[in-house]
Amino acid sequence: MAILNSLIKKEAYHILRDKRTMIITLMMPLVLLLLFGFAISTEVNDVRVVAIVDRHTDETRDIVERLSVNPYISFKGLASSSEVDKILGTGYADAAVFIKNNDGNPVSQIIVDASNTVVAQASTGYIRSIISGSSSVAPTLTQTLYNPQLKSAYNFVPGIMGMIFILICAIMTSVSLVREKENGTMDLLLVSPVKPATIITGKLIPYFILSCVILFVMLTIAYTVLGLPVSSRIIDVVVISLIYILLSLSIGLLVSAIVNTQLTALIVSAVAFMLPVIMLSGMIFPIDNMPTVLQWLSGIIPARWYTQAMRKLMVQQLDLGYVLQEVVILLSMTVLILAIALKKFNTK
Amino acid sequence: MENNAPVISVKDLTKKFGKFTAVDHISFDVMKGEIFGFLGANGAGKTTAMRMLCGLSIPTSGHGKVAGYDITTRPEDVKRHIGYMSQKFSLYGELSVKENLKLFSSIYGVSNADFKKRSDKLFDELGMNDMHNTLVKDIPVGWKQKLAFASATIHIPEVVFLDEPTGGVDPVTRRKFWELIYKASSEGMTVFVTTHYLDEAEYCNRVSIMVDGHISALGSPTALKNKYGSDTMDEVFRIIAKDATRSD
Repeated sequence: MAILNSLIKKEAYHILRDKRTMIITLMMPLVLLLLFGFAISTEVNDVRVVAIVDRHTDETRDIVERLSVNPYISFKGLASSSEVDKILGTGYADAAVFIKNNDGNPVSQIIVDASNTVVAQASTGYIRSIISGSSSVAPTLTQTLYNPQLKSAYNFVPGIMGMIFILICAIMTSVSLVREKENGTMDLLLVSPVKPATIITGKLIPYFILSCVILFVMLTIAYTVLGLPVSSRIIDVVVISLIYILLSLSIGLLVSAIVNTQLTALIVSAVAFMLPVIMLSGMIFPIDNMPTVLQWLSGIIPARWYTQAMRKLMVQQLDLGYVLQEVVILLSMTVLILAIALKKFNTK
Repeated sequence: MENNAPVISVKDLTKKFGKFTAVDHISFDVMKGEIFGFLGANGAGKTTAMRMLCGLSIPTSGHGKVAGYDITTRPEDVKRHIGYMSQKFSLYGELSVKENLKLFSSIYGVSNADFKKRSDKLFDELGMNDMHNTLVKDIPVGWKQKLAFASATIHIPEVVFLDEPTGGVDPVTRRKFWELIYKASSEGMTVFVTTHYLDEAEYCNRVSIMVDGHISALGSPTALKNKYGSDTMDEVFRIIAKDATRSD
């Protein structure tokens, strides 16, 4: 126990005295959360639209009126059909709406600049709903559950959390363990009477505590600054996050058991974990849209299950019962990876 | 010395990695307080042999006893009674001089009172009184070497293993370091040292020279020089090692 204490103290000094790493570690979650929560947004605002009307009637005026007052659209006025190419080509407008009178019934056509597909899709959607609102058919009522304002922060927070823990836990544990191998201090510990299990525990506990601090910081920001709904589910969120932190630490341990230099540890952690987490975890790109092979692949990425569980708990406010599958998968991954890592570590 | 039982006793110690025999039936004894030089070209099997003696690696066959414990069956007991200094003077750079010593003394179960007594004495002897709180990453390599030795011996082990303890330091510092070794040996500590500097071999009580996994020569520097009719250990080494087929 005294040995474990001194090992933990040693590691804590290393973490706290390395100011640069410390600052990066604590700033990264803050910056990423705020960046994705505020600055990076997948909502499309201010779509610039021009309208081309062949003959003005009450119906067409009505459509133009509604285009010009819609908050998502910045209406750029009327244009003539000959100007449309130029208007879209120069980027003066994102979309042009042709409104023709077909014996009193307005018929419309949307021409959209699809060089940015996200904007193109969103703007056609907006315009279509605005136009259809004027038809005699009763408008379809849409209700957006769980995230009524469609805030992108809701979508990103679980994903960012999934990424941060892999990043910090896996990279920092693996680099710090491999640094001991490189410096030769690992040999000193192995030659000493300290048991390998104690060495590993002494390594993991400080990073576990650090991760808990980061979890606290991230949840605080998510629930205050980013305005995620607060509920009793927070306990579940914390518990599952702790499992995920443990899983990430085990991954770091596994990496350190395989590689021998800090640089390799960094590259392996960054390339082998960061990229799949960003691309395949569903953090940014929906998993359902992926080719089947990639969907299978995303199944082995821990962040996918964590992010999925966090979405259910934090955004949808569902019960723990709805995330049992994710919890079981995360727990089994943790046990498996920890077992492999410990075995690898002991055989050295 | 007063105790005639060898502190290290090795008989037919062998280590194979697959088909490759890194250490091939080596046998030797090291007495208490002796400075035993363990020489050999790169790849001769020195490191593998030393790892077995330190309880880091289990022998394929043969027997070895260190500090009275069998290295095959009781490596954990062996570890408690030895000290080890690595060739990189490995220490924790973000810890201060004193914190490093403290860490290793607590790992080896040295009591606080003993630590205080020993560290005060060590800092006096080494002239490190004004650098207690300096971080190890900021001290010069010569001091690191002394501190690494102090850390390896803070628990007063029966045997201390020094793996190329003088690599990369200047001759004056090397000379001073050997004074530390002599002092430890005169206090009864057995010193097992590997080195590439043949002039250092002259400082040892006895040396063994490993070639291709075997011990090709073993004896006091004077006896070896007489046997091979040379004036220096350097020549002795070259005569013995010229037939080596292995290298890194």
